[in-house]
Amino acid sequence: MDKEELLTKLKEIVAPYTHDKDALATISPSTDFIKDLKINSANLVDVILDVEEEFDIEIDNLEMARMLNVGETVTIIEDKLKALDRK
Amino acid sequence: MAKRVVITGMGVVAPNGVGLTAFTNAIKQGISGIKHDPELERLQFSCQIAGKPELSDELIAKYLTDLERRNFNSSGILYGIIAGMDAWQDANLPISNADEPDWDSGTIFGTGTSGIEKFREAIYKVDDLQVRKLGSTVVVQTMASGISAYLGGKLGLGNQVSSNSSACTTGTESILMAYERIKTGQASRMLAGSTSDSGPYIWGGFDAMKVCTFKHNQEPEKGSRPMSANASGFVPGSGAGALVLESLDSALARGAKIYAEILGGNINSGGQRGSGSMTAPNAIAVQRCIQTALHNADIRPDAVDAINGHLTATSKDALEVQNWAIALNRTPEHFPYINSLKAMIGHCLSAAGSIECIASVLQLQQGFIFPSINCEDLNPEIAELVNKNKVTNQIMYQNINILAKASFGFGDVNACIIFKKYENG
Repeated sequence: MDKEELLTKLKEIVAPYTHDKDALATISPSTDFIKDLKINSANLVDVILDVEEEFDIEIDNLEMARMLNVGETVTIIEDKLKALDRK
Repeated sequence: MAKRVVITGMGVVAPNGVGLTAFTNAIKQGISGIKHDPELERLQFSCQIAGKPELSDELIAKYLTDLERRNFNSSGILYGIIAGMDAWQDANLPISNADEPDWDSGTIFGTGTSGIEKFREAIYKVDDLQVRKLGSTVVVQTMASGISAYLGGKLGLGNQVSSNSSACTTGTESILMAYERIKTGQASRMLAGSTSDSGPYIWGGFDAMKVCTFKHNQEPEKGSRPMSANASGFVPGSGAGALVLESLDSALARGAKIYAEILGGNINSGGQRGSGSMTAPNAIAVQRCIQTALHNADIRPDAVDAINGHLTATSKDALEVQNWAIALNRTPEHFPYINSLKAMIGHCLSAAGSIECIASVLQLQQGFIFPSINCEDLNPEIAELVNKNKVTNQIMYQNINILAKASFGFGDVNACIIFKKYENG
């Protein structure tokens, strides 16, 4: 899976939680979930659960704490997929 | 000075009608909302009939966002949101998205349990070592104050936002608590009401106590029989009722439609002493609750035109009617009209009081007594206390001025409200 594809999938995952649809349209690695997309902080765990389900990976507590923006999240997913040799 | 308190909006989600118009038609025509419940049959309940509001996905989508509907599994909160938002809209009150909440409006919205199905889901996950997969909404769907929290956010309420809980008096109690808050000038408007979850996990405990009827599984609509000689236990129900209470000053200032006035009421307990216990009422406390409500409302016992009883369709119905007769000092000839909505919708538990108060207020506002279905065979003990013409099987168009409504609940708790028809002052 290339970065582009991964980003598209992530965009779909965060869409229902996003309160700023314009920011979603221009999503980039620097997009912050709370500040830019206006996702309710309580919903971040739901985003992570949806990511786990979509990519069939498991994210631990320390990684979760880092997943506050699109770039970090993509990196974490990529690393997981690589480790599992699923690219 | 104490503020006068009126009702300016109502919303209802009942087994026999969702929305005020459907509900009004249903209660006027004596339409039952009791149906056979396949799930209860599958789970081998003794009582396999129940009252459950019917809601389409399309309707639900008008009240909950797509995001709110994700992993949502709390029937009580859903009913309460619909009833509450309908009441607010019926009162013609705005829902503002401004940053500042409405400091003068609050809610007291009660429930017995919250999101019991969601709670079950969560328990299974926790026991399966999946706590991390619960998601973010288990707490808000299962906390007792979930319903007031959801409504507070939907309506932008800035005054008190609480949930009360007192078994089957919950709904009547919520109205009295909201009334007090407005009467004492602490709020201008309060959304009062209550809700109750549906389904086997809330109703199971009652089924196990053998307080629900098992004799009418083949004829659901005949199952709930308050005041009947053949009453054999209550039929479980669910739903929600909501009333906008408002100071008369505020209502007049904004030209609001006024359904009725709340003159006063009383909440007490029998302390589980005397004839009272966890599950049975102390008769003296019930009588005292009614009499104190009248005193607080400054209404003479002989001024009560109609009673909307608690009357669940158990062996206790005759005792309740006797308590009313003593409290109001009435002979059979002079007994007020008396009816019980439970004949049509079953016992909606924590939602019972609020839904029944809405039916009571509609009777005052529109001048009718809704029919008492399923008691054509009036209990002989009740027939000795009440003349038959006061328990009418047909709708009766009759102007009534003062209506007394009472609810009683486990824990030996009682609540009674005195409503008055509102006629321009």
